[in-house]
Amino acid sequence: MSLTPGLHHFLVVSALLFSLGLLGVLARRNLLVIYMGLELMLNAANLALVAFSRFNANLNGQVMVFFIITVAAAEVAVGLALIVALYRKRQSAHVEDLTSLKL
Amino acid sequence: MDVHAAHNAVTAAAPAFSSRPEDIAWFILLLPLLAAAGITLIVRRSNFLAATFSIAATVTAFVLSFVLFLMFGVGDAAAVTSPFAWLHAGELAVNLGVTVDKLSTLMLLVVTGVSALVQVYSVGYMHGDRSFPRFFIGLSLFTFSMLGIVLADNFVMMFLFWELVGVSSWLLIGFWYEKESAADAAKKAFLTNRLGDFGFLLGIIIIWAAAGTVNFAELSQKLGAHPDLLGSLASVAGLLVFMGAMGKSAQFPLHVWLPDAMEGPTPVSALIHAATMVAAGVYMLCRVFFLYQVETAWPAALAFFGSISALDIIGGIGAFTALLAALMAIQQNDIKRILAYSTLSQLGYMVMAVGCGGPDAAMYHLTTHAGFKALLFLGAGSVIHACHHEQDIWKMGGLRKLMPKTFLTFALGTAALAGLPPLSGFYSKDAVLLAALDNGHPVLFGLGVLIAAMTTFYMLRLVLVAFLGSGRSEAAGHAHESPGAMTWPLVILAVPSVMLAWVPLGDYLTHHFFTDHGHVHGHGSEVISFGATISAAFGLVNHILFEPFNHAPLPAFLGTGALIIGAWIAVTLYWNAERDPLPKLLGSFARGMRNRFYFDEIYEAIFIPLHDLVARLADWFDRWVVGGLAVRGAHGSTELLGRALRIVQSGNLQTYTFFFVAGVALVVLIALK
Repeated sequence: MSLTPGLHHFLVVSALLFSLGLLGVLARRNLLVIYMGLELMLNAANLALVAFSRFNANLNGQVMVFFIITVAAAEVAVGLALIVALYRKRQSAHVEDLTSLKL
Repeated sequence: MDVHAAHNAVTAAAPAFSSRPEDIAWFILLLPLLAAAGITLIVRRSNFLAATFSIAATVTAFVLSFVLFLMFGVGDAAAVTSPFAWLHAGELAVNLGVTVDKLSTLMLLVVTGVSALVQVYSVGYMHGDRSFPRFFIGLSLFTFSMLGIVLADNFVMMFLFWELVGVSSWLLIGFWYEKESAADAAKKAFLTNRLGDFGFLLGIIIIWAAAGTVNFAELSQKLGAHPDLLGSLASVAGLLVFMGAMGKSAQFPLHVWLPDAMEGPTPVSALIHAATMVAAGVYMLCRVFFLYQVETAWPAALAFFGSISALDIIGGIGAFTALLAALMAIQQNDIKRILAYSTLSQLGYMVMAVGCGGPDAAMYHLTTHAGFKALLFLGAGSVIHACHHEQDIWKMGGLRKLMPKTFLTFALGTAALAGLPPLSGFYSKDAVLLAALDNGHPVLFGLGVLIAAMTTFYMLRLVLVAFLGSGRSEAAGHAHESPGAMTWPLVILAVPSVMLAWVPLGDYLTHHFFTDHGHVHGHGSEVISFGATISAAFGLVNHILFEPFNHAPLPAFLGTGALIIGAWIAVTLYWNAERDPLPKLLGSFARGMRNRFYFDEIYEAIFIPLHDLVARLADWFDRWVVGGLAVRGAHGSTELLGRALRIVQSGNLQTYTFFFVAGVALVVLIALK
């Protein structure tokens, strides 16, 4: 019995990470933490892609991951800036307080 | 005038034109529209330019019509049409096209000629009116609509212009809309016409459904090949189409709008009554006469009509209208109303002629009538103008010396209307009577003679009371002759009133209607050969002046006899009369005549409540079913749904995320299954 991890091991880890991230997005109230959850979901996807790339001997997945990391970095910059701006205006970073679009 | 020689001369010089007759026709049609548009858009503020535009357009149209008449009216040229597709929906294909044949070119001349003179006259009559340009816009639009009816080559196009005539008549009758009676009269005319038009439209639909075409030429051809094409609906379709004519040509029971239309300015009355609106119905009947030449056939529900044909019913309605209107005319005191009822009566005459199978006689009478009735109306307008808008003939009198030109032309018009030989009215009336006699309608013939006597009577009553005797009011005493713009059209119109029948117009029309069918009807060829036996000159005079007496003495002599009797009674009763002796002689019958046999009152008692009931029902339906159920229902259910959906929008970011993720999960689940 080989101890080398197979594709499904990676995928399970990836799924667990994704679920943890989703849970964070759905359950936490602080915007920063929600953001961290989002990043976690992105990286879960990255892990799955890299794993596919490794086991299929195809570099396409890795290329895609680079793009995702780049876009995620940009997105985080914008998102964090928004959160800072929001905090300055509202003195709060909690999602319950952000209901001004409600009728 | 020898028209055939003129024709030869024109054919020799004509090649420059003769290639595109339909273009000339289109141009004639569009000229008045251009004038109306030009006045509306450009010269609305200038009285002078408005009148110039309008008159120039109509006169040009008249000249072009004359060119067209010489080119195509006189010879045997076939109908020329130039259809281009206008509407194509399913199996219905409607082309816009023009018909240029004997019938339409003659009618073009009548319409543009009378319209041009009426417009010149209006410059004098409407002088000083603050809406002077608007009046000319209306006249131009009216002329355009009427020309459209004349030139239309299919039912749908004719119906379009038919409605346009309705609209423009509404504009003109209600020209003085500040006057409540004028506004009401305009509405009455429009609505009464709509009633007839409804039947007309139904008739068109039946014909289209049965024959698959609305084009006159195609329809005529198809009916010629298969006379049973319309099946059991043949007579019904004919009568429904006749309903359109009943509205426009004011036949009983839709005649009530016409006398009220007198509320419009007098030139409008002249135009409506002489050459345009009321002539449209008779013209249409003549145009689609082939529709009435098919076998009589009634659907089972109407089988009790048996062998009575649509034409018989039309003839009956025409004769009844003529009689009724003549009776009403006898006791009217308003100069314009007398003429209005006279128009009604003469229209009945024409419709009767169509009903007797003589569309040629009907068109003949229409043409001559257009001349002398326009003359009479314009003459009446001149009198009204001179008497400071006094319209009661019993307040006039003695105008003969004060307004010699008007009196002379008016007298000529009266003589023509009464049918004094050798004026034009005599010949056309004779043609109508002959059509009734020849085609086996002795009762209608008798009625025709009676009505001829009554026509002479009421017209002489009008002339004797208004023009002879002595002035009965101050206004009449200070009357003065009208300006030249008003008297010249009278003089010009007096010419065709007298001489129109001296050209072989009757033969011309007979030729148009009956040569193709191999059934040469009435006078025409035989008489020409009769004339040829004697010297040519004498033959021509004989042909022109005495033809009716030679060829068919009975209607000619009876017609003249009726004229003499009518005139004799009128002179006995009204010579120097100070007030009307008839009410004493006839009692309540005279009151009935004066009150138009209470038709308006009857209609008001029966149809107005009925109409109100329908209106109330419609209102209820609109208020509760359309407004309540449909409109409020739609908006209520939308609002309810909106309220329900609003709960979903909590404003909580994470709720949305949850729904989103749940949705994705659901989609993935379904996709993977």
